[in-house]
Amino acid sequence: MAKLKMSKKSTKVDMTAMCDMAFLLLSFFIMTATAKVPEALPVDTPASTVQTKLPEENLGTLSIAQGKVFYGVTGREERVETLNKMGAKYGVTFTDEEQKKFALIDGFGVDIRQMKQLIEMKNEERMREGTQPGIPFDSINNQLADWIKISREVTKDLRNKDLDIAIKGDAKEEYPTVKKVLDILQKQKKNNFFLVTGLRNDDF
Amino acid sequence: MAELNTGDGGGKKGGGKVRSKKSNPGVDLTAMVDLAFLLITFFILTTTLSKPQSMNLALPEDNKNTPEPPVETPAWRTLTIVLGSGDKVLWYHGGLDKTIDGPVVSTYGKAGIRDLILSKKKFVDDRNKSLGEADLEKVGITVILKPSEKSTYKNFVDILDEMAITHVKKYATVDITPEDVKELETNKIY
Repeated sequence: MAKLKMSKKSTKVDMTAMCDMAFLLLSFFIMTATAKVPEALPVDTPASTVQTKLPEENLGTLSIAQGKVFYGVTGREERVETLNKMGAKYGVTFTDEEQKKFALIDGFGVDIRQMKQLIEMKNEERMREGTQPGIPFDSINNQLADWIKISREVTKDLRNKDLDIAIKGDAKEEYPTVKKVLDILQKQKKNNFFLVTGLRNDDF
Repeated sequence: MAELNTGDGGGKKGGGKVRSKKSNPGVDLTAMVDLAFLLITFFILTTTLSKPQSMNLALPEDNKNTPEPPVETPAWRTLTIVLGSGDKVLWYHGGLDKTIDGPVVSTYGKAGIRDLILSKKKFVDDRNKSLGEADLEKVGITVILKPSEKSTYKNFVDILDEMAITHVKKYATVDITPEDVKELETNKIY
């Protein structure tokens, strides 16, 4: 032979199997991921080194920031049931349509008497800062205590479990507000709950 | 990017037989795989990291109606931490009227209260050992936390975190007394 021929082998790898697998995993993660829902009350949680995970079901979350308290429970059935019982107590009735809409609201912070207007609002409007003034929790009009009490009863009826309570407080919130909420819980003999915190990564 | 490679599949050349030219139907998937893995990484990281952490808090039973006599703890076993304003704390060992050590102003974290809690814990444990106590856990140090009205929620979580870090088993959150407030005022952290 006159010329030395280099063997021309293709350097390409068959990517088909890898691609299949990658997309399989990708679809799995997309489907299991839960989208972050915008919150009506922005809360900047303080950090801690303790790393207990929050339960995902049977959880009532109390958000505390700027002196306001918002409340929300997980589970649509629980939400509707709690709303109806709360309405019955305060003399407000909700239509089926309103109940359905309420079941999709994660957390709210209004007087029960303004609940109808809140449900009527569009999502963006509802989530706008300052739209919701917080649930009243002073000694004269302690709706927050009723919400917690009724949602606990509802969970007990539906799931036969005690509702876990998580407190999601803002780092800058003054202690007296937190203390008031703790007192409400303590009065209902709910002495064990979760404090939602972020992960501490700075040197403490 | 995803052009179809229409070059011949690298078969024998110059063979005797004439073959119909086979076009290669393979597509370059490299970029697609890159993208897929990038997205996978993103979703893996976001799903595990976004889950909020939490800490447990247990409060004593509300017994305002049926007051029980408080459990007697010797003064030398108690350390009181009063949370003041400006991310400062005030601690004292023993009762406020007759303190064993303190009251002293300190801060949170490694540079502040942690060493003190550890040394006080050791002090109580050592003394219990010399007294011949069998169950050191049961008679260990009791830390009393008194958040004042000027402290923030962050301060409260920080001090609870400190309890977890120093492995103090017995701690209680108690309402602040006027004497403690006065003490905070004299130390200018109220």
